[in-house]
Amino acid sequence: MNNPQLNAAGELQHLLSIEGLPRAILTQILDTAHSFVGVTEREVKKVPLLRGKSVFNLFFEPSTRTRTTFEIAAKRLSADVINLNIAASSQTKGESLLDTVANLSAMQADIFIVRHAASGAPYLIARNVKPHEHVVNAGDGRHAHPTQGLLDLYTIRHYKKDFTQLTVAIVGDILHSRVARSLIHGLTTLGAPEVRVIAPETLLPTGVESLGVKVFHDMKKGLAGADVIVMLRLQSERMRGALLPSAQEFNKNYGLSADKLSLAKPDAIVMHPGPMNRGVEIDSAVADGPHSVILPQVTFGIAVRMAVMSIIAGN
Amino acid sequence: MNMLPDAEALCAKLVAELKPHIKPTTAMIGLYTGGAWLAQKLHPQLGLSTPLGLMDIAFYRDDYHKQGLHHDPKRTEIAFEVEGRDLLLVDDILYTGRTVRAAMNELFDYGRPASISLVVLADRGGRQLPICAQFCGTTVDVPEGRRLRMKRAETGRLRLEIDSE
Repeated sequence: MNNPQLNAAGELQHLLSIEGLPRAILTQILDTAHSFVGVTEREVKKVPLLRGKSVFNLFFEPSTRTRTTFEIAAKRLSADVINLNIAASSQTKGESLLDTVANLSAMQADIFIVRHAASGAPYLIARNVKPHEHVVNAGDGRHAHPTQGLLDLYTIRHYKKDFTQLTVAIVGDILHSRVARSLIHGLTTLGAPEVRVIAPETLLPTGVESLGVKVFHDMKKGLAGADVIVMLRLQSERMRGALLPSAQEFNKNYGLSADKLSLAKPDAIVMHPGPMNRGVEIDSAVADGPHSVILPQVTFGIAVRMAVMSIIAGN
Repeated sequence: MNMLPDAEALCAKLVAELKPHIKPTTAMIGLYTGGAWLAQKLHPQLGLSTPLGLMDIAFYRDDYHKQGLHHDPKRTEIAFEVEGRDLLLVDDILYTGRTVRAAMNELFDYGRPASISLVVLADRGGRQLPICAQFCGTTVDVPEGRRLRMKRAETGRLRLEIDSE
């Protein structure tokens, strides 16, 4: 099978999706990230690997956190970083996606970090770049957000060490979540025996069971015995789509409160990709409580992005 | 084939040579993988006040643009202040000098040591950079196209071997 992410030698050339990546490559990224966490704890948080390389942050959709963490990661690898707020420039003047990329390529780009509202846009770019150029998907439509999935996997491995005994519950708006999709693929590849999704029927994609997950509509049943709880952001723009009665109603049934958290294992960890809606999908007492690893996720995210960029740029 | 010296005897010789040079500010760092093995032998015999540091120079190699990150790098762990220390940098085999160059660059991202001395089990010549070892177990002539390696048995015993490249 021709995997557009891998080169002829089976090495990672672009990171477009966790789906289809072999376990060995996921493990290579997580192990390399572990070394970079060491770098980020030093006084000088910089290594010279990508000196002279140019990383273009191509964000066709607004983002602060993801763009910033990619920028920090690239700078800590000594690359030059150029941020393009495309929504406010060429696209509004009618330039096509591939023309924008061709222009940036003529400016000697080495890595494109791409976020786009259209699923598949990073694939289109990856098919059209030069052999020495690399593409990282920073979120495309509802499809994938592989570096978020990888940083979630890194966080889980950091606290739980081994995937093969874990019960992971992913809660909330699975339907619109590229984060959930990426994480589910990663967990199944790394051998997590039980991945649960907990959501109302209206926020689940049809056929979600085919991803190898167990479906729960009752959050209390779904959280019982969980080692890891991943809360997803309820996107307020979805509330108008008649998928849900109200934020209060959602919080009552699917928000993570201290009471509901007590049904999980006593040493369960609580994760959230951010930005959080306090009082909607997660209560402040939980978000700021002892089970929460939400801020370490952000820190690990930088090391994971350093790992991804340094692996692809070297292949 | 040449008889190679016994690596364990060379370790004992290095310990004897190093002992008179140990100061309160001396600390040791071993380079993965062979240098870390060697340092794990030497460190307990020298009475150093700081824990052994271990370093992987993968992020500082000068052949990244040709080779990429081909192995899974280990995390560098240095649990003491590098600033002002007299460092013993330990590697198994000294060859081109490029690993030592990379290690020194990485060390300076931790602080400014007072001095760095290089400790190696064997020097096989072939330097491409102006680097030499201050403490060297032995020198070995290696035939063209062959490679000198230090290996560790399951018992922890070290030995030198010449492989085909």
